Amino acid sequence: MSLTELTIADAAAGLRARKFSAVELVRAHTDAITALNPRLNAYITPTSDAALQAAACADEALAKGEAKPLTGIPLGIKDLFCTSGVRTTAASNILKNFVPPYESTVTANLLRDGAVFVGKTNLDEFAMGSANITSAFGPVENPWKRNGDADTKLVPGGSSGGSAAAVAAGLAMGATGTDTGGSIRQPAAYCGIVGLKPTYGRCSRFGTIAYASSLDQAGPMARSVRDCAIMLQSMAGFDARDSTSVNCDVPDYSAAVGRSLKGLKVGIPAEYRAEGLSAEIEAAWQQGINWLKAAGCEIVDVSLPHTKYGLATYYIVAPAECSSNLARYDGLRFGERVPGATLDAMYEATRRAGFGPEVRRRIMMGTYVLSAGYYDAYYLKAQKVRSLIRRDFTESFQKVDVLLTPTAPTPAFAQGEKTDDPVQMYLNDIFTVPASMAGMPAMSVPVGLGATGLPLGLQLIGRPFDEETLLAAGSALESAAGFTHRPAIRAEGAK
Amino acid sequence: MSYTLEGKTGTWEIVVGLEVHAQVISHSKLFSGASASYGGEPNTHVSLVDAGFPGMLPVLNQECVAQAIRTGLGLRARINLESRFDRKNYFYADLPTGYQISQFTHPIVGEGTVEIELGDGTVRHIGITRLHMEQDAGKSMHDQDPTRSFIDLNRAGVALMEIVSEPDIRSPEEAGAYLRKLRQILRYLGTCDGNMEEGSMRADVNVSVRRAGEPFRTRCEIKNVNSIRYVMHAIEVEATRQIEVWEGGGEVDQETRLFDPSRNETRSLRSKEDAHDYRYFPDPDLLPLVVEQAWVDELERALPELPDDKRDRFIKQYGIPRYDASVLVAEQAIADYYEEVARGRDARLAANWVTGDLFGALNRTGRSIQDSPISAQALGGMLDLMADKTINGKIAKEVFEDMLETGDSAADIVERKGLKQVTDTGAIDAAVADVLARNADKVEEYRGGKDRLFGFFVGQVMKAMAGKANPAIVNEALKKVL
Amino acid sequence: MSLDPATVRRIARLARIGIDESDLPALQGELNGILGWVEQLNEVDVEGVTPMVGTGHAALRTRDDVVTDGNCRDAVLSNAPDAVGPFYTVPKVVE
Repeated sequence: MSLTELTIADAAAGLRARKFSAVELVRAHTDAITALNPRLNAYITPTSDAALQAAACADEALAKGEAKPLTGIPLGIKDLFCTSGVRTTAASNILKNFVPPYESTVTANLLRDGAVFVGKTNLDEFAMGSANITSAFGPVENPWKRNGDADTKLVPGGSSGGSAAAVAAGLAMGATGTDTGGSIRQPAAYCGIVGLKPTYGRCSRFGTIAYASSLDQAGPMARSVRDCAIMLQSMAGFDARDSTSVNCDVPDYSAAVGRSLKGLKVGIPAEYRAEGLSAEIEAAWQQGINWLKAAGCEIVDVSLPHTKYGLATYYIVAPAECSSNLARYDGLRFGERVPGATLDAMYEATRRAGFGPEVRRRIMMGTYVLSAGYYDAYYLKAQKVRSLIRRDFTESFQKVDVLLTPTAPTPAFAQGEKTDDPVQMYLNDIFTVPASMAGMPAMSVPVGLGATGLPLGLQLIGRPFDEETLLAAGSALESAAGFTHRPAIRAEGAK
Repeated sequence: MSYTLEGKTGTWEIVVGLEVHAQVISHSKLFSGASASYGGEPNTHVSLVDAGFPGMLPVLNQECVAQAIRTGLGLRARINLESRFDRKNYFYADLPTGYQISQFTHPIVGEGTVEIELGDGTVRHIGITRLHMEQDAGKSMHDQDPTRSFIDLNRAGVALMEIVSEPDIRSPEEAGAYLRKLRQILRYLGTCDGNMEEGSMRADVNVSVRRAGEPFRTRCEIKNVNSIRYVMHAIEVEATRQIEVWEGGGEVDQETRLFDPSRNETRSLRSKEDAHDYRYFPDPDLLPLVVEQAWVDELERALPELPDDKRDRFIKQYGIPRYDASVLVAEQAIADYYEEVARGRDARLAANWVTGDLFGALNRTGRSIQDSPISAQALGGMLDLMADKTINGKIAKEVFEDMLETGDSAADIVERKGLKQVTDTGAIDAAVADVLARNADKVEEYRGGKDRLFGFFVGQVMKAMAGKANPAIVNEALKKVL
Repeated sequence: MSLDPATVRRIARLARIGIDESDLPALQGELNGILGWVEQLNEVDVEGVTPMVGTGHAALRTRDDVVTDGNCRDAVLSNAPDAVGPFYTVPKVVE
């Protein structure tokens, strides 16, 4: 099997068994990036040279028997995580030359455990988008193709579209993502990989460029549930530098993979049978229910009555926070500056040129909903609805252990579709946003291909800090589905 | 007699509320581990958190919370066990993140009160609305380059307490007394050094005027006034301006103004179209701050004695007048000095020496009590010599001056200069006989009924004995002979 | 609630985002579209509901008052577009 098709778990075993070296493993991926990235645009900044050097060090560690859990494993890093000495852009012109003199906690944890970073992956600008088309560095192409249609370029989902495309196409064994309203789960579903958004507070936000602070959460994206468990083990943990980081034990996530589901209660929320849910996804959902039942789960119908308000709530809260979080990009201390005769002229010119249309739109939206006279009607109201959404989850978790829903209402769509009206684009996140609003952990697992040959994902939502149940149920879906399909564009066979 | 201003059309009352920004005494900043101390090289007391780098996050300094609670307790105010941090959003060159973290809707300290005392002895209580924690901004320098302003973020993120008073102040004098009292309390508590010249205490002054019995009229806020004297001037100048506006048939606009001491005027700071809309909302990087009552109690137990309590105790314990007590508690160090002198001695005499001769000497030499050339122990030693009649009051003045100059102890000076009081009646009797003999004419006049000559004889005897005679014995000897 | 061009201009000004007059109609349309869509929240009865603050998973922690950071001027100025000596700079601010 090609080195770019291995799972992290298998590669780690192969490295220890000296079946191949870390340099060979990493080179297979950097070569694939060289070959395919011009087309997929999954990476903004490949770091092949540094990766090969790190791989050589990994080989030394392996030779000395000092290998750590991720030693020699090539990973992609969403370009929202600050990486010391490596350009970090947030896919924005305003940061196109920004080189952080510091490392985010999540990437520092991965480096501590031996991971090798092969590059910074593309994303929607400042993580604002659901199709990876708002990047200042150009859109990412989904490596999957509709049956018999090799020409139409599909979106990989967003905002972690570069990470999802890279992992799907074999340009990385796994990648970091961040999820604010679905930015890990939705692209994972569109690209046929596994993506896990942990509980808010599980992974430190220190050094990760903020979009909406009360929602942003880092998580792993990989080709198997077990690989996500391995990555999360490294990424998660308490960090005193993030006041919202939660100080609780990080369990052995790999141990949860494959755990028996006997007696597990799985909730099926009625409200997710929403308008616009495609028939193929509804069928996949039913299939998932059947598989979990077969695995010994008890299926329980539940209701999350405020689900339909999740998106509208999100599109008040997230822009409000982003309008404030992005005020620091003012051309003064870092980032691009457009000169101006006065301070305000400099600010206005810098921020007009530095931010793309979607970011400017959300900043203005957020500025408006927080402005005098509108705060109560919009922001305060949204935070109250958010309490109700959270209460829905809390109440259903008194009856069930985990929820099963579709991840997105449709499979991947084509570049250029749904771009006329911002609201149409926002609707892609309808199933992922509620768990984000409530801070619950959630995961997308690929379960099959739809009628046009595109991957379909199902979402599991768990109790706070119970990522283990997600991994257990996710691995059951994974085994039952036996999802081994690979995208049309991938490293293997590219040469 | 209440303070009023006379306009062309009648009498006006002024209404003032003060927002004082007090820099918290702490080692590190409110939300970062960078030094909060003054005077570093530009941009050295700055962390990447303070500079607002992408992905940097705030973590609250526990000691700053403790300082805010101590201050709240010192203002006899309610401590809110749950408070929150909000973002106040605005763009400015010295505000790195584009928002100031402050406490808008849920401050850590609620209503309290400050007692002030005016020159005529009137006591008034000024209400405290609230106290909250917030971040200071950096510094812009405008005079170093023709086209650019330079930014130094050393102060950015240092903890401030904003202490907001009720609009209870009715005269410049009251404003001055309030600020002095507030500064005194902060210094006693050790929560702010109160140094207005260095900017560690600054006041925003809200001023309006009204006719007696009217509700409040529109107020103006005079920003960042940095001395008590300027605050008092600014109030008067602004009130006069507002009276002219009202009496001229105009409207006072609610606006921010600046006091220019060199021209003794206030002027508008921002035009209306640029009015701020701060878009406050809870900072999502910080959760609600919850403090335990037990911790508040612990902080309260460890609080020093506050100036009002100390003053009342001095009056009771030492039997000194209220005025003296107020003067002695003005600063903790003075109060401590006084108590050391007074302990086990004549406390009223001690108060007279400290507030009289010692303060006079410190004033003359421009020193503070901390570097007084005469220690409390030394001054006490001198009082002991007076008490055991080794020296009298007159000699004590001479000894005091010598102590001031040489730093020697009173006992050494008395020894060195031979100033020990003479109580030997033989020597005094001889001096009396000599004086009377040389002034036979005056003795005649005295005996003829000119009683007030007695003082003359005492003076002559004292002079003959170089001031060292015990005045009581001299009196007695003179009376006997005369 | 519907935004007029003056309000769009005011928001842009508050957010310090330069806009051209020609941007206004499209921006106004998009923002009004989003605002119209979020109006659906008016259906929700939030009487007596406490607004969510944080995600309720933890209380605010504090740190000790120790100097652990700063003294890193090179890093602080490392990305500055127009640093002069030890300072950041901006177009001259007239007060």
